[in-house]
Amino acid sequence: MTPTSGDTANEPEVEVTTVTDNDLLNDNLFPNVHRSPFRVADAMPTFIVPVNDLLDVVNYLQQQASFTLFEDITAVDWLPRVPRYEVVYHFLSLSSRQAICLKVPVSGENPQLPSITSIFKGANWYEREVYDLFGITFTGHPDLRRIEMPVDWEGHPLRKDYPVTGPRRPNLPSNQFRPDGRDGNTPNQP
Amino acid sequence: MNDLELKERWLDDEDDEEKYLINTDDTADPSKEFMTINMGPQHPSTHGVLRLIVTLSGEEVVKCESDIGYLHTGIEKQAETKTYNQALTLTDRTDYLNPLINNLGFSLAVEKLLGITDRIPPKATVVRVLLTELQRISSHLVWLGTHAMDLGAQSTFLYGMRDREKILDIFELCSGVRMMTSYIMPGGLYADLPPGFDVKVAEFLAYFKQKWPEYHTLLTTSQLWYERTKGVAVITADEALNYGVTGPMLRACGIDYDIRKMFPYCGYETYDFEVPLAHNGDVYDRFIVRMYEVDQSMHLVEQALNRLPDGEWQIDDLKIVPPKKYQIATTMESLIHHFKLYTEGYKPLAGEVYSKIESARGELGYYMVSNGTNKPYRMHIRAPSFANLQVMGPSLEGRAMFADIVAAIGSTDIILGEVDR
Repeated sequence: MTPTSGDTANEPEVEVTTVTDNDLLNDNLFPNVHRSPFRVADAMPTFIVPVNDLLDVVNYLQQQASFTLFEDITAVDWLPRVPRYEVVYHFLSLSSRQAICLKVPVSGENPQLPSITSIFKGANWYEREVYDLFGITFTGHPDLRRIEMPVDWEGHPLRKDYPVTGPRRPNLPSNQFRPDGRDGNTPNQP
Repeated sequence: MNDLELKERWLDDEDDEEKYLINTDDTADPSKEFMTINMGPQHPSTHGVLRLIVTLSGEEVVKCESDIGYLHTGIEKQAETKTYNQALTLTDRTDYLNPLINNLGFSLAVEKLLGITDRIPPKATVVRVLLTELQRISSHLVWLGTHAMDLGAQSTFLYGMRDREKILDIFELCSGVRMMTSYIMPGGLYADLPPGFDVKVAEFLAYFKQKWPEYHTLLTTSQLWYERTKGVAVITADEALNYGVTGPMLRACGIDYDIRKMFPYCGYETYDFEVPLAHNGDVYDRFIVRMYEVDQSMHLVEQALNRLPDGEWQIDDLKIVPPKKYQIATTMESLIHHFKLYTEGYKPLAGEVYSKIESARGELGYYMVSNGTNKPYRMHIRAPSFANLQVMGPSLEGRAMFADIVAAIGSTDIILGEVDR
């Protein structure tokens, strides 16, 4: 028989600490970190972190602020905007029952940011996925290669300028499929 | 290593792992013989199109590398070209043993973007709990059957499929399909429950309560099962957290993290249930955690069935859910709403949300970004199998035999549709 967490219906909620908010926004620790101005629908604490501060902030979160559970890394491509990409990190603190989101703006030309695999090993595959689908390079990553797409694939599918119909059939409506050589304007060959 | 030592190694809980570690740098040493074996992607016990590249020293695993991507279908990219209600159908296809839980994760995220979380009618909330817990049982039955079959216990698979089919019958009754249901949608449920639904669920519960102990007699107390699974593919708690492992795999390491308890959704805080925990983090402990989770899910289904209210199953907002058929036939506004909903869809305010729920495999997160149009600007699925599979290789390297790999794959409970998306 395994021990369980007990009969915890209506368990009293542990008070959610906001220490991290104050610490992260503390000018002495991280002067360049500030709150995300974008609407966050469920009020999760979300911060904009500059590329240069990323490793320090993640290290601080894991070592000092008990954010020990690695959750997620992904990216968003805001194409016309500068900087073009936003790499999004999610961590969780089990002791304070709090999740945190970090957003790192990355420029569109030569997108590059430091890898956090030295702090969270789980970041390995997630960073490979972001590299594969967005073409963002993570410096210091032990094994940065494609993970979802074939190794000889060209292009990065989740970029907004990558057509959903695939690289060989550009400028088609997304719900239409035409075989190779038919661009939709010339009549079908006999 | 002789038989006696091996047996001690498997049976001893307080085993010193270091004793059995092989120096993985030895692969460069030409005096030692290593063999590299390709396993998959078409292999019956890889549970889908998973490819493993295994380096062996004799029978001991020196390196185990996973190669994924064979089932990559670009679901995240496709979702960007579909309206929210169309994107819902894609979520069924990610974790195909868990479609209702994926529907729920997506729906909760979209509801948060729309700001209608508080307006979901109580009937929809209770039915969501009921159906997702049934789904958890059915998913665990498939896991149990395939896991046991990989290790040589064929009959468990047949029993598991027999009982899972009864759960799928219930899904078919309410949604019309067995697997790709899309029954839970933003704003409530797709349709009202059919008459006789509660009777059918009660019948299943009465039946399954009798049958479930049989699974325990098949495996839990079996010496063979114990020796194949005990002490295999151990993950420590720190390692699990560092790798982002969640769900039963994390709870088998002794960490009490269940999203239903920690960040309750759908009123889980009002239900009475426990979170099974184990402490060794090996294959057997993951097995036993999932076995007791099924008990808790049955208990939850029972509670949800007892409190099943009458009333509306969708929110009262025709901008988000389609009007009823009789309304379309009688009022002009409903017809317009119907037309607008299916041609254009709804437009959440610009914003982002990361919404997570407890899938049968762990933390299922939906990261949605809206830019104010009728299509998601970005939909990212944080798939639990993806993180759980990542730790499988390191958990085997230097501490397992070749035959243990199959046990580790089974206990990781991967769904490749979710890993590759």
